[in-house]
Amino acid sequence: MTADLLGAMRAVFVRELLVFWRRSTEVMTALVFFVIVTTLFPLAIGPERRELMLVAPGVLWVAALLATTLSLNHLFASDYQDGSLEQMLMSPYPLSAMVFSKIAAHWVLTGLPLALLSPLLAIQMALPMKAIGTLVGSLLLGTPTLTLIGAVPAALTLGVRGGGVLVSLLVLPLYTPVLIFGAEAVAASAGQGFASVAHLSLLGAFLALALSFAPWASSAALRVSLD
Amino acid sequence: MSEGLFAVRGLSCMRGDKTLFAGLSLDLAPGEALHVRGPNGLGKTTLLRALCGLSRPMRGEIRWRGGKVSDLGEEFTAEVAYVGHLNGIQGDLTASENLRLASRIFTRRKQQGLGADAALERVGLRAQAERPARHLSQGQKRRLALARLLVLRRPLWVLDEPFTALDVTSVASLSSLIGEHMAGGGLALIVSHQAFDLPGIRDFELAHYCKVRK
Repeated sequence: MTADLLGAMRAVFVRELLVFWRRSTEVMTALVFFVIVTTLFPLAIGPERRELMLVAPGVLWVAALLATTLSLNHLFASDYQDGSLEQMLMSPYPLSAMVFSKIAAHWVLTGLPLALLSPLLAIQMALPMKAIGTLVGSLLLGTPTLTLIGAVPAALTLGVRGGGVLVSLLVLPLYTPVLIFGAEAVAASAGQGFASVAHLSLLGAFLALALSFAPWASSAALRVSLD
Repeated sequence: MSEGLFAVRGLSCMRGDKTLFAGLSLDLAPGEALHVRGPNGLGKTTLLRALCGLSRPMRGEIRWRGGKVSDLGEEFTAEVAYVGHLNGIQGDLTASENLRLASRIFTRRKQQGLGADAALERVGLRAQAERPARHLSQGQKRRLALARLLVLRRPLWVLDEPFTALDVTSVASLSSLIGEHMAGGGLALIVSHQAFDLPGIRDFELAHYCKVRK
């Protein structure tokens, strides 16, 4: 039984990766957005290293957060339109497990590349070398939290006109704690404040919290949207 | 009246603030099929969605193997195969990937039905197996959605307009599929405006349970 469930979750994961991979433009949108925004800042502010360094943690984190928000619409929308979600509701396995697999695959294709690409952009933003490790770590802890939290409004606004705007409005207040502690962690290890360990632990706590409620809450939201 | 494997008692459904039908009861025993009939807008799709657990009815009880569907949860949905207006086909995957993944996601190992290739053969899509599903025609997509029924092997089939976009030969072969399903002890609930030939199917007039509209 458990083996069957894990097999089904793996199949959902593989399915998502395959579909997203064949629609690579959608996957790239978030990443390209992240790169463009962080590239524009040094151009607009000027090459003054000290100024750039001061805003770097904030800019990198805001860009990552907005890129994640941008990608949320792809999480359920196409499966909703072609009826695959309906079928998923008729699965012999708990919907929250299926939703968890979907979110995990979505993060692997949007959040993970974003975190892995961030050191390059950090150099561009004149972030000190010692802070780059913290940046990657904070994004690795923070972006899955963002995707998990965002899945709930994404599920809730399926089939609503102008759902994309609604998702951003609903999700941004929930994102602020993650943003604050993520950017603080990077700033701290760049030498502008306290040690970054505390911030990173808090990000870890947020992730644990989101992991425990988001799959369950978004599957409940899906049932409501499809009723 | 003895209670069937699948039994509905006093079902009422609403759309918006309008009651579509009320006090609906039906019984279905193994090997039986029901052809739900009625003009457009009567609530046939709403009825089917309520019966397979996708939406919650206003009032009434749906029982499966003697237990309430709302209590059974996944134990019930695991035994229902639903083909709605939407095909549930992911266009970026090939026809055979769609079926293969469906069999892994939607079935427990002991309940697996036909293999993906055999199911495609049965609905005449063997040559299209490796094509992305979005390149298939409407009728072929419909046949792919129906091939999923064979892969899942579930006892209760709920089919909403299964014959749309199908050509005459496909309608005949699909009816014989449903016939085989019934002969194997399966149950089927079908909504269709298209004529089809299926011995032993009972008609069910939904209009009996709707108030006279002014």
